[in-house]
Amino acid sequence: MYAYVIRRILYAIPILIGVNLLTFALFFVVNTPDDMARIHLGAKHVTAEAIERWKTEHGYDKPLFYNASAEGAARLTDTLFVQKSLRLFAFDFGQADDGRDIGREITTRMWPSLAIALPTFLVGLAVYISFALLLVFFRATYLDVAGVVLCVALMSISGLFYVIGGQYLLGKLWNLVPISGYEPGIDGVKFLILPVLVGVVAGIGDSSRFYRTLFLEEIHKDYVRTARAKGLPERVVLFRHVLGNAMIPILTGVVVVIPRLFLGSLIVESFFGIPGLGSYTIDAIQAQDFAIVRAMVFLGSVLYILGLLLTDLSYTLVDPRVRLE
Amino acid sequence: MNLPFMPVVLWSDALLFLLLGVVLVFVRQVRRHEHLRAPWRQVGRSRLGMASVVVLACYGAIGLLDSLHFRPQLPAEPGQPVQYAAEVSSLFDVLAGPLRGQAEQTYSAPFATRLFVKKSLHLPDGRVTRDYPRLQYGGAHLSSEAERGPDIAVRALWGALSGLGVAAVLWVMAVLWVARRAGLDRARAWSRLWREPAFGGGRSALVTLSVLLVLGGILLHWAGHYHVLGTDKVGQDVLYLALKSIRTGLLIGTLTTLIMLPLALFLGVAAGYFGGRADDVIQYLYTTLNSIPGVLLIAAAVLVAQVYIETNPDLYDTAAARSDLRLVFLCGILGVTSWTGLARLLRGEALKLREQDYIQAARAFGVSRLRILGRHILPNVSHLVLISVVIDFSALVLAEAVLSYVGVGVDPVMASWGNMINGARMELAREPVVWWQLTAAFLFMFTLVLAANLFADGVREAFDPRSGVRA
Repeated sequence: MYAYVIRRILYAIPILIGVNLLTFALFFVVNTPDDMARIHLGAKHVTAEAIERWKTEHGYDKPLFYNASAEGAARLTDTLFVQKSLRLFAFDFGQADDGRDIGREITTRMWPSLAIALPTFLVGLAVYISFALLLVFFRATYLDVAGVVLCVALMSISGLFYVIGGQYLLGKLWNLVPISGYEPGIDGVKFLILPVLVGVVAGIGDSSRFYRTLFLEEIHKDYVRTARAKGLPERVVLFRHVLGNAMIPILTGVVVVIPRLFLGSLIVESFFGIPGLGSYTIDAIQAQDFAIVRAMVFLGSVLYILGLLLTDLSYTLVDPRVRLE
Repeated sequence: MNLPFMPVVLWSDALLFLLLGVVLVFVRQVRRHEHLRAPWRQVGRSRLGMASVVVLACYGAIGLLDSLHFRPQLPAEPGQPVQYAAEVSSLFDVLAGPLRGQAEQTYSAPFATRLFVKKSLHLPDGRVTRDYPRLQYGGAHLSSEAERGPDIAVRALWGALSGLGVAAVLWVMAVLWVARRAGLDRARAWSRLWREPAFGGGRSALVTLSVLLVLGGILLHWAGHYHVLGTDKVGQDVLYLALKSIRTGLLIGTLTTLIMLPLALFLGVAAGYFGGRADDVIQYLYTTLNSIPGVLLIAAAVLVAQVYIETNPDLYDTAAARSDLRLVFLCGILGVTSWTGLARLLRGEALKLREQDYIQAARAFGVSRLRILGRHILPNVSHLVLISVVIDFSALVLAEAVLSYVGVGVDPVMASWGNMINGARMELAREPVVWWQLTAAFLFMFTLVLAANLFADGVREAFDPRSGVRA
């Protein structure tokens, strides 16, 4: 198994190089540092000197791949590609346009993100699966039909409406929770309730319907009939047998997102004013701070690949037949 | 030839009509082959499916009307060359004439006769008071504001009656059609259309259409005289904005498919069928693309496209062409980032099909690879393509709103539900609350996405070979 893990990590390298090249091409070749400088300076202040000064200040005053003016190995290393792009592999994210260190921002901002994303993920999973099992329990009755109709209606509503509606009803009209804000520690729990609730409700339609389909596929199999024939109550059949056997497709969709919980949700964090990575990213996009966007793209890819690896490992936990060679 | 207007074909219009052409060719193909028609007939029998088709068709019609663009001629001065307006209008704008022109000063509530905020009013005797001024257009035909309630009711009644009238004509036509097809007398045809389960789809389509006609009739009778959904911050009619947004939503949902489909089909099938080196490269490609968080990849590409548009002003001549270019870029970017899911699905299917007996037989007979792909593989994966296209549509319409909120969606000046929601966020914090813009965006978007989801369900049920097994 260790050999498998190591091989998977090695496979990740070409993919990360691909991501790296793609973002480099997008941000430096299609769109030159000169364009970047022009946007940041604003239309009024664009002069050749101003552009050069901006590029020097932010370290963009280098050639893309080959630096003819440098000596020795520096000809290849003192370039934008190495300085700005390859450095990401060492998790050296460099500086944002406002001069702050991106790496430090990430390590401080990932905790608020996690404080929202982890409860949303866990509560959501429990709610979606329970709701789907409930629908399956009442399968082929009007309750099931009503539940599916509700799911389709819920998934037809844009996520933005859940956030806005939640803030308006619970925060403004009923004054139950603060509309937005964040505080670390136990005192901050009141700030977490609404974003978590909104996050869970927003996903209910889509996920519950998906899980219901999974469970319905299992429920007609022979082992379920056998379990019932043994006289097991339906509750045990559903929770132990059906849920257990539907675990592989559930894990396939679920485990891969776990590492990405660190990155938080763009929409939820920016609406609720949570100083996490999601709002960091959205601010960077709106301020066109490409250094941060590049760092987040790279980080996101690393976490996704980690998620894929964890998915494979999780299969061995729920299905003893799976062996990783 | 001297037209009173100059036709303008924006990029998105051209692509939309190309897509329409593709769909028409597809429909002709389906009509010719019985085995292709059978699943569609099943869709036609499903009541929810047909109801959603009618709703989608209405949206589509508005979107298409809004895609016939032109620049009206300006009043010519003798001796001068003919000048055209800088602003691009569409056929829909002409039809919605009063809605477009009747802009107030700022917010006004639905059916209001007065503005939503107080202004300084100059009284005839020279004094100045602060009050809610009368609207310039909304309810301007009323001699006193007390008449408003009865006037709205009377107009609604007339609107409903005219809608019912058109609907009645449609029902009569449907009965006559059934009578002729089945060789029955009219009373029998009517009871058949009304009761028989086999006509369930047609019946629900007619009922939906009737409801829409009545609603449309009422709206038509109201719209010229009131702001049915109020006005926004700059006094624009919200109903007009919501209707204009239909085109944007539809374009995002469909043009993206037009770009995504060839990529997914070609790469997915090639990876599965050819295997080996091609498979490795294509798999590497989509794993790499997949590993980048979706919104970030889209955001990165849109930021770059934005800079590209800004530095190349010679690509467009009018403001409309500029926002249109951004929309097309957005669709392209969404297409390039969203082909991976379908491609992976198609690869798996092609991998399975490759080993099937009939494909092996075709290969043994020396049929060329391209012919095998075209005649045997493609038709057998088409149900997957269709299902994923209709499912993606609603997801894309929803994505537009989120992307516009993040700031990487359509041009901020373009009418879109995302921009409406974005603008409406601050309005909820006002006291008293300005709720109508958000409500309008919600209603229009929800209807479209719900119809698309229901239609997708119908299509999946009819085309997915596994769905028959399910309880």
